[in-house]
This record gives sequence, structure tokens and C-alpha cells, in this order.
Amino acid sequence: MGFFHRHRGLTPYLLLAPGLLWLGLFFLVPLGFLAYQSLQSGTIDFGYAFTWQWSNYWDAIRDYHGHFIRSFLYAGIATLIALVVSYPVAYWIAFRGGRWKNLLLLGIVAPFFVTYLIRTLAWETILADHGLVVNTLRDVHLLGILGENGRILATSTAVVAGITYNFLPFMALPLYVSLEQIDGRLIEAAEDLYSSKLQAFLRVTFPLSLPGVVAGTLLTFIPAAGDFINAQLLGSPKNHMIGNVIQSKFLELTDYPAAAAMSFVLMAIIVIMVLVYARIVGTEQLTG
Amino acid sequence: MTTVVVPAKRPRPSALSATWAFVKRHILTVYSLLFFVYLLLPIAIVIAFSFNNPPGKFNYVWHGFTLKNWQHWDGVPDLRNAIFLSLKIALFASILATALGTAIALALVRYRFRGRASTNILVFLPLSTPEIVLGASLLTLFLNVTSFITFGFWTILIAHVMFCISFAVVTVKARLVGFDRHLEEAAMDLGANEVTTFTKVTLPLIAPAILAALLLCFAISIDDFVVTYFNAGNEQTFPLFVWGAARVGAPPQVNVIGSAIFVIALTIMLINVLVQMRREKRGLA
Repeated sequence: MGFFHRHRGLTPYLLLAPGLLWLGLFFLVPLGFLAYQSLQSGTIDFGYAFTWQWSNYWDAIRDYHGHFIRSFLYAGIATLIALVVSYPVAYWIAFRGGRWKNLLLLGIVAPFFVTYLIRTLAWETILADHGLVVNTLRDVHLLGILGENGRILATSTAVVAGITYNFLPFMALPLYVSLEQIDGRLIEAAEDLYSSKLQAFLRVTFPLSLPGVVAGTLLTFIPAAGDFINAQLLGSPKNHMIGNVIQSKFLELTDYPAAAAMSFVLMAIIVIMVLVYARIVGTEQLTG
Repeated sequence: MTTVVVPAKRPRPSALSATWAFVKRHILTVYSLLFFVYLLLPIAIVIAFSFNNPPGKFNYVWHGFTLKNWQHWDGVPDLRNAIFLSLKIALFASILATALGTAIALALVRYRFRGRASTNILVFLPLSTPEIVLGASLLTLFLNVTSFITFGFWTILIAHVMFCISFAVVTVKARLVGFDRHLEEAAMDLGANEVTTFTKVTLPLIAPAILAALLLCFAISIDDFVVTYFNAGNEQTFPLFVWGAARVGAPPQVNVIGSAIFVIALTIMLINVLVQMRREKRGLA
């Protein structure tokens, strides 16, 4: 019956072609251009020339290692907080949610329905000087530890808080999915065999939820490390991350080669960290 | 003969451990409810401040209730254009990305072919690349071909389709995996050709997944800031408008649009969830 039958082997390629072409042209090829740009020298006024300018990379690391370290530190802390904060809730929904599960999950993703920038601006209001959060922290004598000069806004605490909030659903959802798939009888079996609730959790539930922990931490950490919006809106220049530098070098200073080199360093570090992490955790669930 | 099963002797819960268990169960519930308060607090602030009546430019402190921001939602220069551009881009990008993504998902789930593993990786990669790298690399591409394309509508659209494709693939694939192929075989056995089988059997069955992919892509596109910021040139989408406005103090109209988007998205999702809950209930009964 026509073309499809005579060329069955071709069908998958015909289906793939348009989409993969798009990804190739506008995802892979641009990465090539970025690499090419990162080894150029010159300025926007006099033009750029390809000169195998490896020094762009060394300069990026030498001049901005502080920003790199801060990015990964903030992203790491935010990821850890997100994991600890959302694990119990994911557990609660998975095991106690009953028929309200889907409604509760909707609550988890609700922040995504508010434009990213607008919900970050809302944190500006919440953390504002003389606001509720600042006053409460002052009352319990934590302001001196978490804030600076009696402020929360424009400190690293505010930036980490913003990052944690903004990427929380990325952590909670995969955790929920892996917890939901656990066969409750396994936990019962452990308890029948005289394990305490805590032992059952540590030796049955938690290990079985590890794929969710891995997926959640990656989904939170990767965008967090490249973020610059929280540092821009909630932090001060002292809290700027590598994303802020890349953004301003590309769009304000038009120092394309340096910015391209930094983007590559950022990506390389993330790829290495992901590989090491996957190695340690030993989960083969990365590509789904 | 009856066997009496003697239950294994377990330590009888003492009053203390019973109380502890009670507290523990409720601690989890109380904690979870507090978590939701934390999660929804900024949203409440956004909505509340859309009704604020600030005397000047700064919409950070409560000054009293008013409806005028909602009545004059486009009372700020450029806001209306930004919203329409965002809607236009989200509409085209979600349709195009869902079409391309559905085709990829069909190929990945249905066929064994050479290059399947690398296709999976290529689809996965954009999802695991920081947005700033996606935006920056596209910018360097466009900068190098400025004679063919100018920054604006088309560059934004190209970018949005690019990062939406992977989300569409993942969404449709998840649905296709649990799909009963016998239905299609039955149609073919009854003399339908591949095209008829696809339009009459396959497509209706995966329609919910396609709709989900469309909605997801639309939502991601309309919310995107980073990639758009790098590739918009002088055009302004709604998130870019917010970014510009935030530097000088965002007007309450920003909260109005933010609240409206939230309410619309929430309503669509709520309907979806309630329909699902009803279906489950009927299934149980």
C-alpha cells in the first residue's frame, strides 16, 4: 500500500528528520559557533579573528573563579535545602495523599504558573527591610547570622532563598514519582521482619527513592548553577554568579570571546559534576 | 482441622510510643501544610499587590485596595504589545514544537532503527544544558548570520521551538510507552492502511498526550526569560517587559498580568485534575 509499505525502514527517519534538523541547526550548530567564538580575539569595533585564543579560558578562570565558586556553592546549598525541605512533603503526598494526590501535585507546581520574574519580585517584597521575615529573624536573634547590617535583601541568604524557591518543584516532582512507585508491601515486609519504622525507612524506602533523589538534584542544580535572575534581583553585586558575568559580557560589554569561553567552562564543570555524581550514586537513570 | 495462627509476639505499644506515633503522623501533615503555605505565599503576594494603590512608582508597600490596575491593565506604555508578542510566540512555538516532538516520540517508541540511542541523547541534551548556555550559543549563531536574519520575532520563535521540542518528546513518549499496539494491528488486519490507522486509531489515542505537550510548551514559552533575553534584539516579550520595569520599579499592572496568567493556567489544570478524579472515582465504583 504505497510509499510507506515499500520503504518501511525509512519511516522512522522521516519522522525524526524535521525535529532533529531543528535541534541540530539551533542547538548543536550554535554550540559549535560558541566554541569558535570562544577562541577568537579582538573587539566588536575592530572585528574578531579566530586565533586559537586559549587565553580566553585561562583568563575566565583566573579573573572569575570567585563567581564560578559562588555559583556552584549557591546552587549546591539551594539543591540540598530543596531536597531536605521537599522530601517529607513528597513522601506525605505519595503515601498519605489518597485521592487528593493530583490536587496536591497541582499545588506543588502552582508557582510555575506565575511568571518566573514576577515570583522572584514577590520575594523582594517578602524579604524587604522591616518586612515580616526580617522582623521575625531579628526577634529570634538569627538576623545577625543570616543577614548583613540588619538586612536580608542584597545578601547571599536572599539569593539562595530565591533559587531554592524557584526550583523547588523540580525537586519535589521526581521525588514524588519515585516514592509513589514504591510497593507498600515491601515496607510492610520490613516491619513484619521486626525492623523499626526508622530502619524500614533508611533501608527500604529511601534506597528505593534514590532515582528520584538523583533526578531531582540534577534538575535543580543544573538550572540553579547557570541562574542570574535571583542574584540580580535579590542580591548585591557581591553575590553575583557566573551567569551575571556571562550575561553582561554578552549583552552589555559585547566581549563575546570571553563570555563564550565562560559559558563553556560553566558547561564543562556541570558535565563533569553530573558524570562524577552519576558514578557515585551509580544510577543509570539519567537519560530516562 | 483449623489452624490457629498465633500472631508473632510484638511488643505492645506503650502509651508513650503511641503518643509519639500520633504526634509523628500529624507532624508530617502539619509540616506539609506549612510547606504549601510557603510555596503559595509569593503567589498570594503577587495577587494582593495587583490590587495595591501605590502613590508612586514602587509597588512594594501596601497602600490600600483599588481595582483601577485591573481596569487599566494596559495603562503602561509597551505592555500591551509585549503581551501580544508573548502570546503569538507561545502559540506558534507550542504548535510547531509539539508537531516536531510528537514525530520524534513516535519514531523512538515505535521503531528500532540505527541511531536510536544518539537520538535519545540529542533530545535529552537541551534539557540538561543551563538556559544561559542555550541562549548564548544561539546568539553567537545569529550574530554570525546577520545578513540572513534580524533579531526579533523569528529569532525568538526559533529559540522557543528549540527548547520546547525536548519537553514535547518527553511528554508524548511517556504516554506512548503504555500504548497497546494490538489496536493498530487490529485496524491493519481489518484492511486499514498506515495513514488511516494513524488518523483513526493512533491519533485519537495519543490526543491527550499531544494536548498536554501543547499546554506545557505554551507555558514554558510564555514564561521564558533567559533565552529570549539573549535573542530578542529590540523586541519585548512580557517577561522582558517585567525585567525592564523591575529596574525602575515594576508597576502594579505587572502583577495584574501575572495574576491573570496564574488564574488561567490554574483553572485549566484544575479542570483537568477534577475530571481525572471523577474518572478514578467512577472506575472504583
